[in-house]
Parts: sequence; structure tokens; C-alpha cells
Amino acid sequence: MDYIDPHIHMVSRTTDDYATLARMGCVAMSEPAFWAGYDRGSVDGFRDYFRQLTDTEPKRAAQYGIQHFTWLCINAKEAENVALSREVIAMIPEFLDCPNVLGIGEIGLNKNTPNEATIFLEHVDLAMKFEQLILIHTPHLEDKYQGTRMILDMLCGDSRVTPDRVLVDHVEEHTIREVLDRGFWAGMTLYPVTKCTPERAVDMIEQTGGERLLANSAGDWGPSKPTAVPDLIFEMRRRGLPESLIRKVVYDNPIEFFSKSKQFTFQRRA
Amino acid sequence: MTPEGKTITERTGDLIIEESFLEVRAKLLEVAATLDRIDRASNETQLSESANEQRALLQQAIEIVRSSSSERATELQHLFSREYKSDWRQTFGL
Ligand SMILES: [Zn+2]
Repeated sequence: MDYIDPHIHMVSRTTDDYATLARMGCVAMSEPAFWAGYDRGSVDGFRDYFRQLTDTEPKRAAQYGIQHFTWLCINAKEAENVALSREVIAMIPEFLDCPNVLGIGEIGLNKNTPNEATIFLEHVDLAMKFEQLILIHTPHLEDKYQGTRMILDMLCGDSRVTPDRVLVDHVEEHTIREVLDRGFWAGMTLYPVTKCTPERAVDMIEQTGGERLLANSAGDWGPSKPTAVPDLIFEMRRRGLPESLIRKVVYDNPIEFFSKSKQFTFQRRA
Repeated sequence: MTPEGKTITERTGDLIIEESFLEVRAKLLEVAATLDRIDRASNETQLSESANEQRALLQQAIEIVRSSSSERATELQHLFSREYKSDWRQTFGL
């Protein structure tokens, strides 16, 4: 089955991963900007990273027949450096017209601090000024519930934000309802060890019906599995769920959400 | 369940137990063996305050698992979550 991974950090993955993903049916992916594992030292460090996201990765992906899209921001982990964050936010418009850019992301909170919230609001303002879609990172573990509620408060507190144009990622059992009930799109992130398993993700699909729901691997440089979406497809089939529902979550929903950006020029396989 | 309240899959409880019994049994054994290991080690040395708090959280989690709630996973998530306060923006001055 053709599928789309809406959240995967390919700059951290090998070319072998592209080859494997292509063979497993991945036809498109979107790569949000995130933390490199160390704090970048200057705005030029981000400029180089954004060139990699808008120029190098689409070419690498294309060699395997995969269409690559991306999102730009400075990660919440680096928002404690407010001065650098503001320089990066001021530089992002240089890249917004690159053909594979879908919007601003993954923005959000990490430890739910005042500086993170300040920089989050400035990113939202940037997205609204440039009419961009937004991709949200919600925090992990004990910070997730509080951070998700705070993010939703900030988004709903800005009358310019249309929930239908925002994807809130890393939802779990205790956050998914509020995200969907308020009209946002929700993404479940499948981690092999510490967080959401394919089995729990399929429980959430069964309980919500799959409307405005996506699934991603968030494959990056840490413990993660770039082929997690095929694992989800397999678990859905194993449970006897209809192919139409599987396709909705891993293909139709990403296309419907991304199509709200005029730069989503996805070509379906003939 | 779909939003209309219909179950999507027709899988029976019997089938799910058959598929998952050994896996859940193994996970419960891991929990039991880990708690035994903690107890053996803390006979020698006392648990620190923070370790004690985490040990108590695990005990509360076991109570949730033992309960007959239909939302055990969500309740566990809330148990392990920091509290959300709706006036956070005032606290932050934002
Ligand atoms: Zn990510």
C-alpha cells in the first residue's frame, strides 16, 4: 500500500533507509525542522540546515521515487536562547517560497517554560503573517498533558489561527480527544520503546474513527524506527480493519491536510 | 468505537485474550520481578525521597490497572502527568 510518513527526520537517516522506505510503499514524507542533538550556535547554522531541508533532502528522496516536503522553525529545546530564536524567526521567510516548504514546524513546548511559550507565540505570528500551515510538537512523558493544554490555549487564543490548518503531533490517550474535539488534526508518533506502540495507536484509531488522524514514525537520530508506519498498517490488517480505513490514516488524511498548502504538489502514482 | 458509538472491529474478547495472554503474562512478571528487585535492594539501603515517590507512583499505577475502569490507559497517563493550571498565562506574564 502507498503511504505517506508525515513526520520523519531524514537528515539523520541513511540512504539505506530511503531505499527501505521506498520498498515498503512510502511515496511521500514531510520533515519538520528539529533539534540536532546539540544547540546550533548561530543563525547561519540554521540557514545551512534549512538549505539541507529544502534542497539536499528532496534530491536524496527523489532518487528513490519519494516526494519530500518540509517545515521550518527553531526547536523548542533551543528557545531558551531567545535572542538566537528571534534571529532564526526573522531569517525563515528567506526559505518560505522553496517549492517543498509546507509551513512552520515542528514548533511547540519541551519543558513548558516561559521562554518556550514566548518563542512559540512568535512562531505562530510568523505563520499567520505568511499564511502558513503549522505542525506542532507536543512534549513527552510527564510534560505532555500540561504542555499540550498550554499549546491549545495559545492556538485558540489567537483568532487568526484556523484549527483545520494545524497538525498537533505526538498525541497519546490523554491528549487526543481534546486536540480532535477542538478541530485540529492529530498525529500519533510510533516509538519502539518508551512511547506509543502500533497496538496502542490502533486502539486510538478504533476509538476515534480515524477522522483528522495521522500516524508517523518521527524517525530521527535517537532510538526510533523509520518503518513504524508499515508496522501500524500491519497491525490494522491483523485486526481485520477495512483497507479504506487504513488508507485514510496513512495516505488520504496526510494528503487532505497537506493540500491546504499551495506548495503541496504531490503526484499520485499512476 | 466510531464517533457514532459503533465498534469498527468485530474481534471478540476471547480472540484478544488468546492473542495477548502470553505477552501480558510476561509483562506482569517483569513488573513483579522488578518490584522484588527494588525491595531486595532497599532492604540494604533506604530509598531516597524521590525514588520513594516514584515507587509510590508505581503502586498507584498498579491500583489503576487492578480497577474495573474502561479508561485505564488514559488514567495511567494522567497519573504520570504534571498538573495543568488554566491560569498559567498570568503566572508566566504572557
Ligand atoms: Zn520530530
